[in-house]
Amino acid sequence: MPTTEEVFEKVKEALVDALGVEEDEVTPDATMVGDLGAESIDFLDIVFKLEKAFDIKIPREELFPDDILTNSQYVDNGKVTPEGIAELKKRLPWADLSKFEDNPRVQDFGNLLTVKDLCSYVESKL
Amino acid sequence: MRWFWIDRFEKFVSGVEAVAIKNVTFSDEPLDGYFPGYPHYPHSLIIEGMAQTGGILLSEPGEFKQKVVLAKVGKAEFHRPATPGDRLRLTARLVNLQPDGAIVDGTVDVDGQVQAELNLTFAILDDSFGKEPFFVPSDFCRVLRSLRLFEVGVHPDGSPISVPPHMLEAERAALAASD
Repeated sequence: MPTTEEVFEKVKEALVDALGVEEDEVTPDATMVGDLGAESIDFLDIVFKLEKAFDIKIPREELFPDDILTNSQYVDNGKVTPEGIAELKKRLPWADLSKFEDNPRVQDFGNLLTVKDLCSYVESKL
Repeated sequence: MRWFWIDRFEKFVSGVEAVAIKNVTFSDEPLDGYFPGYPHYPHSLIIEGMAQTGGILLSEPGEFKQKVVLAKVGKAEFHRPATPGDRLRLTARLVNLQPDGAIVDGTVDVDGQVQAELNLTFAILDDSFGKEPFFVPSDFCRVLRSLRLFEVGVHPDGSPISVPPHMLEAERAALAASD
């Protein structure tokens, strides 16, 4: 089992390669979209690089719960309902949703994922 | 201006690998204008040729019905210029295929020497980008035939690939309309 530090280094390498960012920009708290400038197509590349680097399979819905965010059962007036939040927590136990819960606008979800979240996710797969 | 930057397929294994040839000639218009006095084939067009090779490779299993665009050039390293008389051999390998995109690794060689190494990410667009195909199916089918895709194309088990039925239908309709 690689250590948390080793996981972070490998994730950092994948992000530097996929996003063309500097190594020192990839901090644990950096958000993938807002801070590192990841666009939707970059995630395809990032997921592929992580799968190769860690020899794991990453089912898309585990990282991107689009089905929950577009389900009228879990979304009301552009915001995720408490039931939706519970569903998200079940699906993404490795993500820190505390900030999102304060104002759970669906449109903000895309910018939630941080480098630390991604590392926690990878660790949960190892 | 014609926008085909490969001349023909030399090898095509459905969903796996495609090899296309591009003969660089002084009569290619972009050659001399790009860098007067030092004619060489622009690297950007080599990337485009690989995108065409890879794009056809990844859209063939779905009968060319998907809208595929080059979304990102992850890597483009050129080791030497391509000059008139060179025969570029573009090899595209499909390394990852998802419902919304794909990744292709590409190598270009000239006489066995590596000329370029590429990594391309493609997006497969959904219907929010419009329902109409990018290319008129009958025209696109003619291009694929001209590139000898259906002459060299095989499935991984060695059996030949065939022209998708909807393209044959479109060809028949286009022929009937021109009578």
